[in-house]
Amino acid sequence: MNGAEKIRVENLTKFFINGKTAVSALENVNLTVNDGEFLCVVGPSGCGKTTMLRILAGLEKPTSGRVHINAKAAGVPSTAVVFQGDSIFPWMRVVENVEYGLKLRGVPLKERRAVAMEHLKKMGLERFAYLYPYQLSGGMKQRVNVARAFACDPEILLMDEPFGALDEQNRLLLQQELLRIWEENCKTTVFITHSIDEALLLGDKILVMTAQPGKVKALLDVKIPRPRDIILIKSSPVFIELYKEIWDLLKEEVLKARNIK
Amino acid sequence: MNTTEERLSQNRASLGKEFWLKTFSFLSPLFLLFLWEALAALKLVDVRLFSSPSRIFKTLIPLVLSGELIYHTLISTMRIALGFLAGAIPGVALGLSMGLFPSVRALLMPLVAVTFPIPKLAIMPLILIVFGLGESSKIFTIAIGVFYLVLINTMAGVLNIDPIYIDVAKSFKASRIQFYTTVAFPGALPMIFAGLKLGMGTALLLIVAAELSAAKAGVGWMIWRAYDMFDIERMFCSLIVLAFLGFVFSYLLDFLEKIVIPWKKR
Repeated sequence: MNGAEKIRVENLTKFFINGKTAVSALENVNLTVNDGEFLCVVGPSGCGKTTMLRILAGLEKPTSGRVHINAKAAGVPSTAVVFQGDSIFPWMRVVENVEYGLKLRGVPLKERRAVAMEHLKKMGLERFAYLYPYQLSGGMKQRVNVARAFACDPEILLMDEPFGALDEQNRLLLQQELLRIWEENCKTTVFITHSIDEALLLGDKILVMTAQPGKVKALLDVKIPRPRDIILIKSSPVFIELYKEIWDLLKEEVLKARNIK
Repeated sequence: MNTTEERLSQNRASLGKEFWLKTFSFLSPLFLLFLWEALAALKLVDVRLFSSPSRIFKTLIPLVLSGELIYHTLISTMRIALGFLAGAIPGVALGLSMGLFPSVRALLMPLVAVTFPIPKLAIMPLILIVFGLGESSKIFTIAIGVFYLVLINTMAGVLNIDPIYIDVAKSFKASRIQFYTTVAFPGALPMIFAGLKLGMGTALLLIVAAELSAAKAGVGWMIWRAYDMFDIERMFCSLIVLAFLGFVFSYLLDFLEKIVIPWKKR
């Protein structure tokens, strides 16, 4: 980790106009993410986590404030997103999905296919490269989704609850695979989740957000050494202590969110 | 306890059931034909109005052998095929652009909404005046019926693409052209095919009407000619051809769909 600033969010505010009322999604969010850092964002549902990620990805415009992404290399995309839920294209074969980002950048077929196959191999999916998504299980589709983001080699990975819809066993497996792949090259990552477990397993830092409108409630360091082993971590004292700390922070917000409704 | 032996016998039982269901499906039309023939023979139905399977068959054989039926079938097939293409190609093109560009949609949607409900048969006299009595009037009648169905389905197909796929394309910085070719068009294909299938049904309906007026050949013409001559058997032969054409065309479209949309779960 070299500590250079990669993402800087300054006074970020976002309103959604809904008829005559403005709904505030994010209010005055300030945040920096350093190069090679894995930031997990937790918060009660509806707190604007996804909105923040979409702004980082350039899919939404902030109402006020700004987002600065410190991109170095030319010709490499600054961000790639792993979306929540089923987002791989049903009309493309698995390998075509994985190489999609490269295809859009005009990488020749032979080259991009090789890169895609390599990423599929890492995910244990090379046997399924030429199948269509409808032939895959939910866990396999989500692996393709992750591989698609990694394959285009972005400077920053943005993940929006990528494992939220999976069953417990598949989620564990995928978290383990993500850790393994991520620890190879430590790409700057913003990972949204509602699971404290997941945030602690994966993150270097954890951002706790308040109930709507989303503000920064706390930013915690996760001082668990890497490489991490998912099963061993869960019983370590640091994990248990942090878990309690985050839950105390979140509990207040979840209760507040319930009272709003 | 379910022993292997029991399970095997259960399996055999369900296979046997399937066999009987298939046999029923095969026998039921044959039974109806037999019933029809029997009622005709017993003079319980009037053969002057309803004919009988044997009479129709006796008429059908020489019609086929002389090449007369095939000639008329080919003429109608030609008109259907040309009309279908003349309606489907602009239908897909315009449907895609209306789905993709809000400005084109704003410009054309009122026109489509107002003209779509007009029964296509109601404008046939107008088509005859404009296009004359030749082939083009029949082709145009079919084309216009196919056009609207394909257009509306194609547009709906584009508009109903799951927004998440649009987000994916945007997040990978797809250009407009890349978005059209990798998301909008493939995403709309299932609806385009739904439109083509509906259009084919309409084409068969319109060919009979189009050949009613000012035609000298075709299956539709045969039906109206048989009506003039009170030749019930010929009329039934033409109906058999229409049923056959409908079956062949829908089979072809299904086949084409399997090739073009291999990714659809069936």
